[in-house]
Amino acid sequence: MSTRLATGGRLLNKEKAVRFTFNGQHMRGFEGDTLASALLANDQMLVGRSFKYHRPRGIVAAGAEEPNALVNLGVEGKFEPNQRATTTELFEGLLATSQNHWPSLEFDVGAINAKLSRFMPAGFYYKMFIHPRPLWKHVYEPFIRQAAGLGQAPKGRDADTYEHFHAFCDVLVIGGGIAGLLAARSAAQAGARVLILEQTAHWGGRAPVDGGEVDGKPVDKIVDELVSELADMANVTMRTRTMGAGLYDHGYVLGYERLTDHAPETDGPRHRLWRIRAGHIITATGAIERPLSFAGNDIPGVMLASAVRDYVVNYGVSAGDRTVIVTNNDDAYRTATALKAAGLDVPVILDARVLPVDSPLMAEAKAAGIRVMMGHGVAKVLGGKRVTGVAVCAQAGEGAVLEEIACDAVAMSGGWSPVVHLWSHCGGKLLWDSDFAMFRPDVDKAPTGADGSPFVSCAGAANGHFGLTEIVGDAHAMGHAAARATGHEAIPKPAPDAASTEEAPMAPVWLMPQAAGTALRGKAWLDYQNDVKVSDVQLAAQEGFESVEHAKRYTTLGMATDQGKLSNINGLAILSDALNQPIPQTGTTTFRPPYTPISMGAIAGEARGKVFQPVRQTPMHAWHHENGANWEPVGHWRRPYAYVRSGETVHDAVMRETRNVRENLGLLDASTLGKLVVKGPDAGKFLDLLYTNMMSTLKPGKCRYGLMCSENGFLIDDGVVARIDEDTFLCHTTTGGAERIHQHMEEWLQTEWWDMKVYVANVTEQYAQIAVVGPKARKALEALGGMDVSAEALGFMEWADGTLGGFDVRAYRISFSGELSYEIAVKASEGQAFWDALMTVGDALGVMPYGTEALHILRAEKGFIMIGDETDGTVIPQDLGLHWALSKKKDDYLGKRAQERTHMIDPERWQLVGLETVDGSVLPDGAYAVAAGTNENGQRNMQGRVTSSYHSPNLNRGIAMGLVLHGPDRMGEVIDFPGTDGTTYTAKIVSPVFFDPEGEKQNV
Amino acid sequence: MSKAVSALNGATWSDGIATISEVTLQGMITLRGDLSDPAIRSAATGVAAVDMPDQGQAQCTDDRGLCWMSPDELLVLCPYDEVAANIEKMQTALKGIHSLCFNVSDARAVFDLSGPNARDVLAKLVPVDLAPERFTKGMFRRTRMAQVPAAFWLHDTDHFRIICFRSQAQYVYDLLKTASACGSTVSYF
Repeated sequence: MSTRLATGGRLLNKEKAVRFTFNGQHMRGFEGDTLASALLANDQMLVGRSFKYHRPRGIVAAGAEEPNALVNLGVEGKFEPNQRATTTELFEGLLATSQNHWPSLEFDVGAINAKLSRFMPAGFYYKMFIHPRPLWKHVYEPFIRQAAGLGQAPKGRDADTYEHFHAFCDVLVIGGGIAGLLAARSAAQAGARVLILEQTAHWGGRAPVDGGEVDGKPVDKIVDELVSELADMANVTMRTRTMGAGLYDHGYVLGYERLTDHAPETDGPRHRLWRIRAGHIITATGAIERPLSFAGNDIPGVMLASAVRDYVVNYGVSAGDRTVIVTNNDDAYRTATALKAAGLDVPVILDARVLPVDSPLMAEAKAAGIRVMMGHGVAKVLGGKRVTGVAVCAQAGEGAVLEEIACDAVAMSGGWSPVVHLWSHCGGKLLWDSDFAMFRPDVDKAPTGADGSPFVSCAGAANGHFGLTEIVGDAHAMGHAAARATGHEAIPKPAPDAASTEEAPMAPVWLMPQAAGTALRGKAWLDYQNDVKVSDVQLAAQEGFESVEHAKRYTTLGMATDQGKLSNINGLAILSDALNQPIPQTGTTTFRPPYTPISMGAIAGEARGKVFQPVRQTPMHAWHHENGANWEPVGHWRRPYAYVRSGETVHDAVMRETRNVRENLGLLDASTLGKLVVKGPDAGKFLDLLYTNMMSTLKPGKCRYGLMCSENGFLIDDGVVARIDEDTFLCHTTTGGAERIHQHMEEWLQTEWWDMKVYVANVTEQYAQIAVVGPKARKALEALGGMDVSAEALGFMEWADGTLGGFDVRAYRISFSGELSYEIAVKASEGQAFWDALMTVGDALGVMPYGTEALHILRAEKGFIMIGDETDGTVIPQDLGLHWALSKKKDDYLGKRAQERTHMIDPERWQLVGLETVDGSVLPDGAYAVAAGTNENGQRNMQGRVTSSYHSPNLNRGIAMGLVLHGPDRMGEVIDFPGTDGTTYTAKIVSPVFFDPEGEKQNV
Repeated sequence: MSKAVSALNGATWSDGIATISEVTLQGMITLRGDLSDPAIRSAATGVAAVDMPDQGQAQCTDDRGLCWMSPDELLVLCPYDEVAANIEKMQTALKGIHSLCFNVSDARAVFDLSGPNARDVLAKLVPVDLAPERFTKGMFRRTRMAQVPAAFWLHDTDHFRIICFRSQAQYVYDLLKTASACGSTVSYF
C-alpha cells in the first residue's frame, strides 16, 4: 500500500494539514502536496478507469506528463474536467471525483470491455460501425458518444475570471530547473531583459531530487542561491505556476499562469494568458522518463522510477513498502537508493542490460544490499486493482517465468526523452541519438526568425544533456549566447563547476521481454490514456498504416489530453520494428501547442459578459434603451429595431411606427451611417472612379445618390454624396460599410492612385444624425426655428448649414422613405439634446421614433434597394434595374470593365421585380421560386428568389422584392414559392415601387 | 449654456487597482497633409502651441498637444471651445496647400488611467511594450485595446491618456474596469 512516511517531504509544510474529498471520501494531506501525492498518502492507488477497456488505473508520473490521474475538480461554476492530479496543488476543501466509470470507480460495468479486448483491436470502431450506414447516426454514434470521452463538459457558468497580459523581453527562459535558472542568470549578467517561467510552484526542477554538487555545494542549495540572486536582479522577472504553452513565429510565446488554482478563495483572475514577444527563447524544459512495455504495466502501483523518487523525496510518500525496480539505464538506481534511504524495501532491481562492470550507481545500490538481476525483466505484473508482485523473466527470451517476487509497487525506467515539444512547435528539427535512444534538438535546424537566424535554443536536459556537468555548462553557454543574439555584449561570470556521476550506457528496450508472445503484448500498454497496446500498433503496421501520423489516428496512440508524452517514443519504436526500419525513418508525430491543455477561460481572457464584444452605441443609445428599444445588431452597433410600448408586440410597434411616418412624423437615429470626408484637388476625379455615377459634376450644396462596385463589378455599397465645396465631398455609406469603404478608399489611394491629391477621413462618429421624416417634418423643423427649410430654400437632394433650435446643424434634404424628409447632422456631443428638442416640438405633431424595421418597410414600399438584402456580393447594379446610376459618359469606374463581361450581360441573369402574394400574405424571406423540370442533380429548377419581404401596414398586404428570371418582362405573371412550412406561396410579378410611384409625397 | 455632453459624461471609477476617469470634451482636430512640409508643421504648432512631435511621439501639455498619427496625419489637441477658430486659422494658413482639417472632438472619447499599477492594467489590453524604460513620456501609440482601436500616451508618471472612438466609450470603460479588478496586479514592471 502507498502511505505517508514519517520523514522526508521537502515541499511539505507538515504543520498545516489540508482536508479534501475524493469521490466523496474525506482525506487529509499537507500544504505543499499535489492532489496525486495526497491521494497516494491516503493509499488511493486506483484513481480512474481507462478510456476504452475501463481498466483500473493509478498514478504513473509526478508531473505534467501524467496520463492516468485525470479528475473532475470542483462543482457547478468551479467544475473542471480532466485535471491532472499530479499538477493540481492541494488546497483546503478541494473536491475531486474520478472519471470514466459507471457506476463506481471500484466496480465499473464497462470493464467488461477489457474481457472483450481481443475483439476490440485497433481500428475497432472504424471497422465495426461502418455498416449498415443508417445505423451510424441513430444507434452507433449516440452509443459511442456516451461511452467515449474522459471528463464531462461543465454545465455551470464559469465562476472565475481570466485575463491576458502582453509581455516583452530580450530572453525568455521556459523552465525553472537548474538549467533554466543558470541560463537566465548568464543572459541577465550579459545585460538582457530576462523573463523566466516555471510551470510548477517550485524552482529547481528535478535537480534537488536527483542530487549532485555544484561549486562544491549540494545542488538544492545552489538552486536557492540562484533563485535569490535572480530575484535581486532588476532585469529579471520570475514566474512560477506559469507554463510556456506554445511557441510561434516572430518570437511570440503563450504563457499560461495559474494564479489561484491552488488558492481558489483569493481575489483576482484564476488564469492569466501571457502573450510574450521575446527576442530569443531558451527552452529548458527538461526531459520525461519513458515507461517500459511489459505485460500489466498499467496496473495501479506501476510507476515511473523518477516519480517514485519524487514522491519519496518531495512529498514523503511511498508508493509501496516493497518496490521492484525495472530499468534499462542507471538513473533508476537513484530511486533504489532513495527508497533504501527512506527505510523502504527494494526486493530486486531488474536490469534489462548485461554490463561487464558495475557503474558507480549500481555499485552503490549493491552496497546498500539490494539484489540486482542483470539481463532480466518483468514477464508480467501480478495483481488487478493494485500490484501484488512481479513475474521475473530473462529479457532475451519469450517470458518464461523464472521467479515471482511479491511487491506493492513497480518503478520502471525505459530511459529519458528530452522535452522537445516547444522547440518543435515552430519548426525546430530533431536528431535521433542512438546512445540515449531519444530524439534531441538538431541545433543546426533551429526555428528561424525573419532574418533567418535561430530564435530558439534548448538548454540542459531539453538539449539532450543529462550529466550535471554537461547541463550546467550547456545552460550557462546558452544563456550567454541568447543575450548576445539580442545585442547584449557584457560577459557573464564564468559557469559554476559541477560534478557528475559517471553512468553506464543505457540499452534501448522497447518490449519486455524482447520476444514477448501475443498474450503478453496484448497486455503491454504503450498509451495509457488511450488504451493502446503494443499489439495494436503492430496490427496497424500490418494493416498498412505505415506513416506515423496514420498509425496515430488509426490506433489513437498519442492523442487526447497528454498527447503521448509517455507513449510517443515507445510507440514509434514498436512501429519502426514492425515496419523493419530505423526509428529516425519513422519519425515523430507533429508537436503542436499547447504543451499541456490550457483553459478555455484563459484563451477568452477578459472577453466575457459586458466586454465579450464591443457594442457600439450612438449618442442617443441610452434614450432608445429607456424608451423600449428592441435592439438589432448592425455590425458592432446596436440599433433600435422598434420602440415597443407596453401592451404591444414588436410587430405591433413596427406597424404603428411605419404608419405614423406616412401620416405624421417619425424620427430615426441615423448616426450609424458612415460619413467619409473626401478632400483635395482630385477628389471629384477620385469619386468618379469609385462610384458608378458621375460625382465630379455635382454642384456644392447638392446631393446625389451613388453606387459603389468592387473591381469585379458587384455592388458593395451605396449612399448619398454631398458636395461641400469645390474640393470637398461628404460620402455617406451604409452602417456596416463605414470602416470597409474607408479602407477601400485608402487602399486605392495608397496602392494605385497614389499620385492623386486626395485625403479621406472617417468622420462617422463626429455627428449624431437624425432623420426627420413624414408629412409634418418641415413643421417640426420650423417649430425649432432657425434656418429656412422651405421647399424653395432647401430643395430635394440639397443640403445647407444653419441653426435649428439654437443647434449648429447641417440639414440634408434626402429621403429613404418616399416622404418629405430631412437628415439633420449635429455634433455627436449634442445629439441627445437635439433629439430631445425634436421630441418636444414633435409632440404636437404626433412624433414617434421609429426603428430599423419600419425603415426597411418604408424603403421597400418605395422599391429602394438595401445593400445586404437585394445584394449579396453576386449582384450587379444592372440586376437591380439601376442602369440610370451607371454613367455612360465616364471612361472608367471600378467595376465597369467587369460589368461588360459575358456573364454580366447575360440576359438570363435574374432581375429585380416587386412580388405581391395573391392572397396578401407575406412571402418567406429568402424563398426560391421554382420552375418546371429538374436540374442534373435531380433538384427542382429555380427561377428566382425573394430578397426582401414585409407586411406593409400602409398597403395592408405583404410586399416583397426579388430577383426573377426575365422578371421585368413578365409583369403580371404568377410564380410559386414553396415555403419551408410545407405550403406554397403564389405571388404576382409587379413593379418594385408599391407606393407613390410619382414621388409626390417627398417633393413637397 | 453648452448642450454638449461627452460620451460618458465624465464617469470615474477607482474601486480597483487603478483609477479610471473620462476626460470630458477634449478638442481634437485631424490634420492630414505632408508632415515634412514646413507650412503644415507651422500650421499645427501654431494652434497647439507645442513643438512638432517626431514619428511615434506626442507633444502634449494639459489640454493642448500634437500627436503623430502617420506620415501624413496629425492629431491636434486644443480646448473644445477653440476648435472652430483653430480649424479656421489652420485652413487660412494652408490655403492652396493640399491638406485636410477636420473637427473630430465629438467622434472620440478620452480616458485617464492612473495609479501605480497603470502600466500593468494597460499591458493586459494592448500589445505594446510598456516597460518604464521602453515606453516613456513623449511616446504615442496607435494600437488596439482588446477588440477596438485606441491610441495612448503617457500624460504623466503612472498616468496614461487614452483615446478611443466615442461609440466604444462604454466598452473601453468597462474593459479598463475589468482589467483593474482587485487582486489582478501583475507586478511585471
